[in-house]
Amino acid sequence: MTSSSIDAYAATASIPGELKVIQDATCTFCGCVCDDIDLTVKDDHIIEAKRACVLGKAWFLNHHNDGRASCHIEGKPASLEEGYDRAAKILTSGRYPIVYGLSDSPCEAQRVAVSIVDWIKGTIDTTTSVCHGPSGMAFQGVGEVTCSLGEVANRGDMIIFWGANPAESHPRHFTRYSLMPKGMFLPNGRKDRTCVFVDVRKTKSAKAADIFLQIKPRKDFEALWTLRALAKGIELDPELVLRETGVALSAWQDLMHRMKAAKFGVIFFGMGLTMTRGKHANTEALLALTRDMNAYTRFAAKPNRGHGNVSGADNVVSWRTGYPFGVNHSRGYPRFNPGEYTTSDTLANGEADAAMTIACDPMANFSQPAREHLASIPLISLDTKETPTTRAATVAFTVATYGINTGGTVYRMDDVPIPLRPAFQSPHPSDFEVLTAIEERVKKIMGITE
Amino acid sequence: MTSIEYTKVSQGTVYDPANGVDGQVRDLWIADGRIVDAPTDPAVRPARVIDASGLVVMPGGIDMHCHIAGPKVNVARKMRPEEKRKGEQISGTSNTHSGTMGSVPSTFATGYKYAALGYTTAFDAAVPPLGARHAHEEFDDTPCLDKGFYVLMGNNHYVMQSLQRNEPQKLKAFIGWLLAATKGFAPKLVNPGGVEVWKSHQAGNVSGLDQAVDHFNVTPRQIIRGVAQAANELGLPHPVHIHCNNLGMPGNWETTLETMKALEGFGGHITHAQFHSYGGGDGDENTFNSKVIQLADYVNTHPNLTVDVGQVLFGETTSMTGDGPLGYFLSKVYGGKWFSSDTEMESGCGITPIKYKNKSLVHALQWAIGLEWYLLVEDPWRVVMSTDHPNGGSFLAYPQIIRLLMDRSYRRDVLQTCHPMVRERSTLWDLDREYTLNEIAIITRAGPARILGLTDKGHLGTGADADITIYTPHENKEIMFEMPRVVIKSGRVIVEQGEIRHTPIGKTLHVDPVYDHEVEPDIQQWFEKYYSIRWRNYPVDISYLHESAVVPPRA
Repeated sequence: MTSSSIDAYAATASIPGELKVIQDATCTFCGCVCDDIDLTVKDDHIIEAKRACVLGKAWFLNHHNDGRASCHIEGKPASLEEGYDRAAKILTSGRYPIVYGLSDSPCEAQRVAVSIVDWIKGTIDTTTSVCHGPSGMAFQGVGEVTCSLGEVANRGDMIIFWGANPAESHPRHFTRYSLMPKGMFLPNGRKDRTCVFVDVRKTKSAKAADIFLQIKPRKDFEALWTLRALAKGIELDPELVLRETGVALSAWQDLMHRMKAAKFGVIFFGMGLTMTRGKHANTEALLALTRDMNAYTRFAAKPNRGHGNVSGADNVVSWRTGYPFGVNHSRGYPRFNPGEYTTSDTLANGEADAAMTIACDPMANFSQPAREHLASIPLISLDTKETPTTRAATVAFTVATYGINTGGTVYRMDDVPIPLRPAFQSPHPSDFEVLTAIEERVKKIMGITE
Repeated sequence: MTSIEYTKVSQGTVYDPANGVDGQVRDLWIADGRIVDAPTDPAVRPARVIDASGLVVMPGGIDMHCHIAGPKVNVARKMRPEEKRKGEQISGTSNTHSGTMGSVPSTFATGYKYAALGYTTAFDAAVPPLGARHAHEEFDDTPCLDKGFYVLMGNNHYVMQSLQRNEPQKLKAFIGWLLAATKGFAPKLVNPGGVEVWKSHQAGNVSGLDQAVDHFNVTPRQIIRGVAQAANELGLPHPVHIHCNNLGMPGNWETTLETMKALEGFGGHITHAQFHSYGGGDGDENTFNSKVIQLADYVNTHPNLTVDVGQVLFGETTSMTGDGPLGYFLSKVYGGKWFSSDTEMESGCGITPIKYKNKSLVHALQWAIGLEWYLLVEDPWRVVMSTDHPNGGSFLAYPQIIRLLMDRSYRRDVLQTCHPMVRERSTLWDLDREYTLNEIAIITRAGPARILGLTDKGHLGTGADADITIYTPHENKEIMFEMPRVVIKSGRVIVEQGEIRHTPIGKTLHVDPVYDHEVEPDIQQWFEKYYSIRWRNYPVDISYLHESAVVPPRA
């Protein structure tokens, strides 16, 4: 590993009492990855985060260096060196070691994590498998017609949100990318766009809609196929459509008419689509609809990704293994099988015998059987704070926070890579440093000379 | 002097066409990663001797047009799990990472496979500037190769705006700024103007060189001419790399000829010429035929032009291109999954699985047309071997192409397995030319190095990078070239008979043009109006490059 981009814009030491301003800092709280934040720092505390949304402000302003030890072994403070040694021992002793998380780490750290998995012939999985994993599978089935977010701002005159609630999950989505910007071909901004929300409930976001279609729960697949049929001019039974989707055929016809009349349509979709009944079949229908629309006009689709660098995790795991998530190396080469090598499933099946979690909290949000199994095996955790997972860990590293304390690269939800400009230094090591130290020891134990 | 550690490649039969060495037995001395003069003191002994007696020695191979890193390559990896399980499995070893193959190998596998084939340098042909940082990150995980990439700018808004406003000085400064900001190597034009039309119209494209691009009111001809002039004036080592308009369309040879003319004598490189040399019209398969004779004749008489071929091989692969409308066209032809992505202000992208069949007239003609290009360009220094990996086929097919070029009876045997009409629609059957080993060394290393302006590569003279490939001679040239005996990168043995010995990460080759910095505020003003990321976060910091080297401008 020769990468030094982690230090491209490293934080400088704060001088007590003095203000320092970090311009064009990047917020990693959600997949919007806004890179226009001006941070004012005083005494290792961010006192202002200009242009950040409510979530971003909370992310930046509430961050402080705590007095927690950088390493705990079996609940007791320990030296980092002891932690690295113990972690390497755990990972190399396992017959079925798994590494999971990664979506809140910079690419530089993700790359080291994949190397470790390669050397120990383990399984690597990311939080993609529990959010937009079905989208990744649908993508493998039908492909995707998409665009960068600036293209939405400059051209998107018909914006549809499906099973997504950006007002609460991605608060600057509307203003930066999708609805408000005055784009190159949309000089009047919001006035030049039509906004449609399709959801099973009227969320806070729906207030932004020109048209809101409330469909029956668990009927996304049927609704999307209704639109696919209408795009092709197939006649449908109004009663059947209303019964299946909860929305009148005439409303769907009106929507399709507007979609065809648009110059550049974009459909953003969220976990309301991917994690409901039908999962990847829903996303497949949506991606296929988008593709169909390109026979009439231009249309693109885009998953609203959640975590700051979950797109980076997909990219790193893909370029190194050929597969985006859920990759097993037990035969010495990568194999992909969602449902088997995806961590929530591996654990629920009681299969792994050692684990490392990076920037995620499976002990708080996995199923009961998965949590029980995770608690029963040696576990290494890397997180910025104490969580149910760090409390269950044999070795728990407290790491610096990416984007606030440490640099590197993150990929926005549209796969645009953006550098981080951290604000102040942390007493804790970065996840890149911890993983690099563990990798060195793993290589030594495994006799790797690369 | 005695403290220098030498390696000697002893008594090999050397093919070094750049230095006029055509199969002569020579010793090569290496120190500090470079070829050096033999020490004058006869008492000096090399620390290592590689016995190459009876073996063929050439400079390391250079692939000047492939798709190996960056956003679209990685999307193709993600999109095609089905071909990996049935493909070759790349297991990790004590000194190598594991990986996957299929038509789009993972990064480490890409590096190892190129090295094992005797290639030590490769250029990715199409990176959107907004994805440059991504390409550099992948390069850092692609070992054994020196690498660089070409920067998409044929549909860039600032480029078109400068041409529209007749501001050649701004255009020139912008090209310099963009190459420096992305740490790229050369300007790339992909379907100039056509991708912008695709972004704003259903199935949009330009039909020829003189159709104006709406909103900007400039023509492809103006873009080609303007960028070529600016890039040549900047003294770039590889001024402009052109993927012509109308790729793959029957009758497109006229567009290609017009593109060559549009350069108006400026140096330019026409890439994957095979895909641009078709006669016929109206999308009618029955009229499809080869027009290589006409185009090769123009190239033969115009020394400002060079080409690489983009050879098609029979089998399954993945088409990937910065040519968005082409991706849409191919997805309709094949009906499989389709990826398209438009990048703001800059470029497009299309990806779809494809399969070339020898019994298909069109596919077999494409195969024949590629071979015609190698055989009809008289000067081997101006035609380069490529498959446009993975578009025409994998780079792993190079040994097969070498055999097709060096053995006309084998070539005719393969032609006889193809659709029978190919013999009527192309001249391949009648071409007797066979390549020599010296000519193979030209079209796979010496030529591309010269075309790219790489003075330290593609030859074995004093001062050259010690990138050397040693082959075991064999009557069957496919066997000879598919597994080199030894591959040396920067003076170090990295492969022996297919086994990876060392995995240096390799250098990133980029340019650092001198341009008018006073234009930057104008560029910044334009940028801040319409881009979705901040001006300061756009340029790629040098820390993203591992080992790197700035390739100087042409003298």
